[in-house]
Amino acid sequence: MSQILYMVAQRFALGLLTLFAISLIIFFGVELLPGDLATEILGRSATPETVAAFRIELGLDKTPYTRYAEWLSNLLQGDMGKSLANQREISELIATRIGNTLFLACMAAIISVPIALILGILAALFRNTFFDRSVNVFTLTTISFPEFFVAYILVFVFAVNLGWFPSISNINPNTLFWEQVYRSTLPALTLTLVVVAHMMRMTRASIINLLASAYIEMANLKGLKPWRIITRHALPNALAPIINVIIINLAYLIVGVVIVETVFVYPGLGQLLIDSVSKRDLPVVQSASLLFAATYILLNLVADVLSILTNPRLLHPR
Amino acid sequence: MKELDFHKSRFMAGKIGRREFIGRAIALGVSVGAASTLAAEAAFAAGPKKGGHLRTGISHGSTTDSLDTATYENGFMGAISGGTFNQLGQVKADGQIHPDVAESWDASPDAKTWTFNLRKGMTFHNGKSVEADDVIASFQHHMGKDSKSAAKSLLDQVVSIKADGKHTVVFDLSGGNADFPFVASDYHIAIKPAKDGKIDPIGKHGTGSYMIESFEPGVRATFKRNPNYHDGEVAHVDSVEMITIADVAARTNALSTGEIDMMDRVDLKTVHLLKRNKNLKVETTTGFAHYTMPMRTDTPPFDNNHVRMALKHAMDREAILKTVLRGYGSVGNDHPISPANQFYAAELPQRSYDIDKAKFHLKKAGLSSLNVELSAADAAFAGAVDAAVLYKEQAAKAGINIKVIREPNDGYWSNVWLKKAWCFCYWGGRPTEDWMFTTAYAADAKWNDTYWKNDRFNTLLLAGRAELDPKKRREIYVEMQSIVRDDGGAMVPLFNNYVFATAKNVEHGKMAGNWDLDGSRFMERWWFS
Repeated sequence: MSQILYMVAQRFALGLLTLFAISLIIFFGVELLPGDLATEILGRSATPETVAAFRIELGLDKTPYTRYAEWLSNLLQGDMGKSLANQREISELIATRIGNTLFLACMAAIISVPIALILGILAALFRNTFFDRSVNVFTLTTISFPEFFVAYILVFVFAVNLGWFPSISNINPNTLFWEQVYRSTLPALTLTLVVVAHMMRMTRASIINLLASAYIEMANLKGLKPWRIITRHALPNALAPIINVIIINLAYLIVGVVIVETVFVYPGLGQLLIDSVSKRDLPVVQSASLLFAATYILLNLVADVLSILTNPRLLHPR
Repeated sequence: MKELDFHKSRFMAGKIGRREFIGRAIALGVSVGAASTLAAEAAFAAGPKKGGHLRTGISHGSTTDSLDTATYENGFMGAISGGTFNQLGQVKADGQIHPDVAESWDASPDAKTWTFNLRKGMTFHNGKSVEADDVIASFQHHMGKDSKSAAKSLLDQVVSIKADGKHTVVFDLSGGNADFPFVASDYHIAIKPAKDGKIDPIGKHGTGSYMIESFEPGVRATFKRNPNYHDGEVAHVDSVEMITIADVAARTNALSTGEIDMMDRVDLKTVHLLKRNKNLKVETTTGFAHYTMPMRTDTPPFDNNHVRMALKHAMDREAILKTVLRGYGSVGNDHPISPANQFYAAELPQRSYDIDKAKFHLKKAGLSSLNVELSAADAAFAGAVDAAVLYKEQAAKAGINIKVIREPNDGYWSNVWLKKAWCFCYWGGRPTEDWMFTTAYAADAKWNDTYWKNDRFNTLLLAGRAELDPKKRREIYVEMQSIVRDDGGAMVPLFNNYVFATAKNVEHGKMAGNWDLDGSRFMERWWFS
């Protein structure tokens, strides 16, 4: 156990270093883009005088290094700062958005992970049958379409034709829980269709991979039922790769859903990040990307810990 | 037309529906357009109904939006301005300026001194009454060295603003300006409450007919009716919700499934399908908005007017109107004044697609063929790249080789416009001739995107601005339109309509075209039948 704790601590330290590197890359990356907040907000109506006045008001007349240092020292004191564009506290701006994003990700995960696991196990059990083929064809089809296409099809069928669900997820902080679930159903279904294939295929492949090993053959010879062989003998040993794939997909559900957000007008973090990049609102871009990066780092850590717990041999790589 | 009057009275009494009324009117020989105007008039005459919750899907809106009207740059904020804030005056459907915060105004004979009398008893949403100090502080927010306001250059002409008592404000201008009430009512210059001589730029209290209940930038804003509003003729619905729906397919779906009652910016590619939906109405208004193709007249080959004339003649505007705008607009005559403007020069012949004339001008320029580069991006307007490619083919017939350069949307206004020798551009247009010309065609204008300097034009501009006699002004502005048309650096191929759609039960009177959505004031002007 202490080995695991040591690994977690080590990963945390490395994670912080990664975050620092990411913040540097993002800051100077956005800085390289042409224009700044003053020119982008004023847009067509910009004149040299108004841009200059706006820059001084925003503190954009300081060098990038000074601004980065100020931002970093504020962050270390727990202050994310204010949005340059509308003077709102970034922590406030992000709080509701990340709540919405996590809500949608959880909902999609609750639907998709069990479906993927069950379909994967069943496909392994009935491999090369008609059932296996049709599950594969269906999930591979849905993953092959672009997200917005899947989303439009769902809207067309369930919102426009059948009228079961709303076509946009019009939610606000006062929306009741079940109302929010109802209004988030179509985006969650879209995400489910997009991520199921990856997890399902991995479950199927890693189980089938193990079915060729000697101890499974032994179990077969003992006369165990196929279902029991797979769930009791094969699955526990196949968990490590499956967990990794699930976690990657969870991370995707949190950071990669901006297209689904756009189609369903879902107020999540993705749209915030895009607006902020296009207007060069650096403090918001920084905070949002750090959150995304931290999500990846943390989820990867969770994946590794879980894999090791299911398979302690991984602690001693050869 | 007795029968028509009969149907009209039945429609007004609610005995027959709008669709049926229009059907009968058409059967009586009234054209479709006239019939729906009649329906709108009749509905208006029947009197707007109070009540209801209006939900709207707006294509604009960004998480970086701020309530500071100095930086308003999109339709979402424009609509907030139209509902929540007032300016000194407001433009109505007739294109004229009408009283708003100011009850009346008059000018000195040289149009250099303007006196605005404020409406007495008007209050802000926080209960404070509107006084001269508030108006002065609101204007000063857009003036001076430290201002970042988009209206700053408009107010450069103001030498001083003084209060004369609590309800009178006097403006002294550096030169006469007959249209100053229009300029002073620009949507950026909202009247906000002053404290110690300054306004709170991001404060949400205005004087408008709707109060902001909540505002989440880039997501939504909600409003409720201001019970103390001075004008009982407007503000019919109880509450309004505006949602940013950037994706046009999502907006269309939301409207057709009844999630919203109105959407802006209909997709012109599918508008004919939308029109089939019996529960919706597709609406369009004509205003001042137009597309331009500014050529830098300080850069060869565009410094030669014959080259400019050749290019102006080499475009088939009708074809581009039909394909790019699907007919929702009208062809331009190479000057920025719209038929909706007061002094529009209808007597100037429409410029047409004329290969021979294009070749003639090329020859006069001493050229047998011409190679030019044209920068285009959909940032200028949706369909700009398509228009460029169509134009390239049309111009090739006159021996003009246009190389279309597709520019990135991001940074278009800072890197391409005003910089490249020839590009695409759009203008929301201005309600007065002087304002439009001063903004983009005067020799010293900051947005003179053609770098055009015509002495006669600039002399006329000053003369027209200070002239108060409408007849003389008309002569001046007609001559100016003709100069821009035949010498200016900008091609003005198209005037675009605003196209939006509403649910069947959303009613309105005659709509203003100065901005999208009934001059951005749909909140207080529309109602549910």
